[in-house]
Amino acid sequence: MTTIAHSPHARAANSVSRIMATVMLALVPVTLFGFWLNGWPAVYLWTVSLAAALAGEAAALKFQRRAVKPALLDGSGVLTAWLLALSLPPWAPWWIAVVGALFAVVIAKQVFGGLGQNVFNPAMAARVMLLISFPLEMTTWVPPMSQPGLLDSLAVTFGGMQVDAVSSASLLGHVKTEFSRGLGLEQALAGHYAPLDALWGRRSGSLGETSALLILAGGVFLLARRIITWHAPVAMLAGVTLPALLMNLVAPEHYADPVYHLLSGGVMLAAFFIVTDPVTSPNTAAGQLLFGLGCGLLTYVIRTWGAYPEGVAFAVMLMNAATPLIDRYIKPRIYGRTRQGEPLMTRHAKKDAA
Amino acid sequence: MIAALISLTVLGTSLGLILGLAARFFKVEGNPLVEELEALLPGTQCGQCGYPGCTGAAQALAAGSAPLTLCPPGGRVVVTALAARLGVEADLSGVEDAGPRIAEVREELCIGCTRCYKVCPTDAVLGAAKHIHAVFSEACTACGSCVDVCPTEAILLRPAAPTLQSWGWGKPGLQPLAIAQGMAA
Amino acid sequence: MKLFKMRGGVHPEARKADSSERPIRILPLPPLLHVPLQQHIGAPAKPVVRVGEKVLAGQLLGVGQGHVTAPVHAPTSGYVVAIGDHPAPHPSGLSAATVTIAPDGEGRWFEYEVPADPFVLAPDDISARAGAAGIVGLGGAAFPSSVKLDASRQSGVDTLVINGGECEPYLTCDDRIMRERAAGIVTGIRLIQHAVGAGHAIVGIEDNKPEALAAMRAAAVATGVQIRAVPAMYPMGWEKQMIHALLGREVPAEGRSADIGVLVHNVATAWAVQQAICLARPLVSRIVTVSGGAVIAPCNLEVPIGTPVQALFDACGGFRTTPARLVLGGPMMGQQIVRTSVPVVKGTSGVLALTQAEIGRAAPAPCIRCSTCVRACPVGLLPLEIAARVRSDDLAGAVALGLKDCIGCGSCSYVCPSGIPLVHFFNYAKGDLAAQARSKAKQETTRKLAAERSARMERIVREREEAAAARKAAKAAKEAAARAAATTEAAA
Repeated sequence: MTTIAHSPHARAANSVSRIMATVMLALVPVTLFGFWLNGWPAVYLWTVSLAAALAGEAAALKFQRRAVKPALLDGSGVLTAWLLALSLPPWAPWWIAVVGALFAVVIAKQVFGGLGQNVFNPAMAARVMLLISFPLEMTTWVPPMSQPGLLDSLAVTFGGMQVDAVSSASLLGHVKTEFSRGLGLEQALAGHYAPLDALWGRRSGSLGETSALLILAGGVFLLARRIITWHAPVAMLAGVTLPALLMNLVAPEHYADPVYHLLSGGVMLAAFFIVTDPVTSPNTAAGQLLFGLGCGLLTYVIRTWGAYPEGVAFAVMLMNAATPLIDRYIKPRIYGRTRQGEPLMTRHAKKDAA
Repeated sequence: MIAALISLTVLGTSLGLILGLAARFFKVEGNPLVEELEALLPGTQCGQCGYPGCTGAAQALAAGSAPLTLCPPGGRVVVTALAARLGVEADLSGVEDAGPRIAEVREELCIGCTRCYKVCPTDAVLGAAKHIHAVFSEACTACGSCVDVCPTEAILLRPAAPTLQSWGWGKPGLQPLAIAQGMAA
Repeated sequence: MKLFKMRGGVHPEARKADSSERPIRILPLPPLLHVPLQQHIGAPAKPVVRVGEKVLAGQLLGVGQGHVTAPVHAPTSGYVVAIGDHPAPHPSGLSAATVTIAPDGEGRWFEYEVPADPFVLAPDDISARAGAAGIVGLGGAAFPSSVKLDASRQSGVDTLVINGGECEPYLTCDDRIMRERAAGIVTGIRLIQHAVGAGHAIVGIEDNKPEALAAMRAAAVATGVQIRAVPAMYPMGWEKQMIHALLGREVPAEGRSADIGVLVHNVATAWAVQQAICLARPLVSRIVTVSGGAVIAPCNLEVPIGTPVQALFDACGGFRTTPARLVLGGPMMGQQIVRTSVPVVKGTSGVLALTQAEIGRAAPAPCIRCSTCVRACPVGLLPLEIAARVRSDDLAGAVALGLKDCIGCGSCSYVCPSGIPLVHFFNYAKGDLAAQARSKAKQETTRKLAAERSARMERIVREREEAAAARKAAKAAKEAAARAAATTEAAA
């Protein structure tokens, strides 16, 4: 007995683990910046998140009697936990990372059937779950560059140290609070918002969401390596920019300008690392444009008129749910056929019709 | 009292009349489903399903008392066709589809008795009395009627040998693609 | 001139330099030639020679039967030593009807009448001669050329596209033939143009073959044949891709290129047409690329049809290492073979001996829906979705997503990061659908046979009953008559 291999007898040099590794490489600068900005607690949180995801995934695979090693080595679980860690408040207690990472890989991924089968982006699903379940821990921020020592940091992450004393609000949260107090945008932003700092990332915020510039650099790297395409990121940024521009023109005293929206919260990270997730985004370029646009618009809507100061995770999950529908209706035109799937008219048929 | 009686009587009579007329005018000759199902079956009346011919099998299928996989010569094609007509999910796990089979006469055992020739529902057996019989493979449905009547057990059902035209790729990742033995270059 | 942008496609490593710089060599005659009777799409040829018969080079061995078919000819002079089964150049490893010839070494040609001026021949005469010469598409599809010529002449085509794409990696046989035999190719192109009455002829050559482009441009001066460079990408050699790149026209689904007024032939086919018409030489040899990492000296050989593949490897110095895989054709669409005794046929453009490193790893991982296959598909299909349907045996669903429009180019499998054998899924499904269609057709036949038989049985029973009734009636009449006679007698 010999097995006969089907063509092609050549393969492009790429693999799932290589894709995951490249994405992680693109995340390194912004992650290191987050560590520097927020000190050791951020390092601990990141480490705990990755460890919990690996352990959870291994246990889930074992429980399903599936091969553990290849699934862990593909790197998808690590990447999920990494993205989740970047979206957490850097001084959050360790159990937030554990619960979030376990939820991401076990509930949001393995329960759906593992890699490639999940409907929702696992990192975003975990973030939404944490935000709803533990609103206090998920909205407690620290001012930038407050760097406790190694041991103090252990107390921050693992000892349940009260961080209220040093807490400060993220920009989006602050503005929302000020609005609820009846203040205008200008007053709310005064002394809190410096676009240049936001670009750089020297400000309060999630571990890996503060530096728009470094995220952009990672995104450009992925584009250059052809791991992602431009469609979903550009569409998402457009989806945030366009309504912001419009509303800002209509009522500048109440609606912030597009730059504020682009540089705040998780928009940049989501645009380049979340909405480009292959599993939960549409198959076609047109579908990805629609998907990204939807994510952007919903983010803006939730931020501006919703109860939560930040809407990226909700927006992404809503659009994840719409992805199968987008894929059902947006398909490439098949060669020789009309968009409806009918064969194109031949020269003779055209003549006959005319 | 009288009014109620009359009205109920009238109502009953007229409804009964309508029902009676409907039964007469919308009368269905036989069950059309049976006919449609019979058209999907091979029509060779080989009886391997255990029913008296394909009509019997079609009646049983229409009544829901027979599984879709009842027809061995029909194979997967018939199961899927029946499932599509009856609007049910085809369970193909029960169909042993070792590919098409055909009857083969072992010449050294054949005595030329013509019994197989007489029972073959599709006239696939060639030959005459006192001559060795052969099977016309294009017409053979592998119903096995000839196997049952052969006095010398000279007829076997064998999987049809693959040809360059009928060969196809196996499903990836399920079975290794077996090819002819003795592959030394 | 404007080139039209294509959708999809991939850029596999070309690996053409291994064989492209060596001139075509003529392979010495092997001890035996195995000429299969079916080397083309359509009905096999019927042998017209007997074992022991002496044949001359170019003499007819088998005549075509039916409409879509092609004859086969003796590649050299010699004796027919066998007519029977021989392993076919096919992944199944099955055998096929083959005429085996022992060359006598004289190489004497069978004399056919050579036309004084081939351009005064009637168009239908040219396609008839091409058909009689056994010419089939030499790009790999092996479709009988005369059938294509006749159909195109009847439906009317305005443009002849000559495919010099050669997008498969490794293969350089078309490259070499264009460099070395450009004049003959151009004559062949003009003959085909004449045969179908096409006003324009355009040769599309990938821009990674500058020498071939230059040679063809020089040969085409003042002939009206246009030579155009097209971007190098796979599958540029797919005829519909080539038509689109050169003309921007799209062949309707389920249709042929003639439907949009285009006829496509390969450059090597044009050369074969020139040989057949101008020199009256049937198609008995072809240029074959021998390459791959396991081959010591890759090159292009002019090989008599029927030569065992082993002889080609031997002529290239043998193997550097044990090849991990032997392939007939290019690496993207070629077919694996397991024995080197199979013969070279008309459609064999290359024989490759590949190492494991060239084949690449294949550890299938789950689909991550990255849609790289969607971007690679030149047809605009969703390979990942179709494969998922096929995997779960939902063939109807796969067909609804366009399975039948798949051209099997393998671009999707090539780029898949998860190593999913997408095109294998599609070819499995297509084979399964074909098998179902065959079994359905057979069922129709047998149903008819069964109905005829039961009608006959009924008739026999009825006739027997009628005969019995007739006999009974006759007997009764006889008895009645006898009784009547007796009564009369008694009365008398």
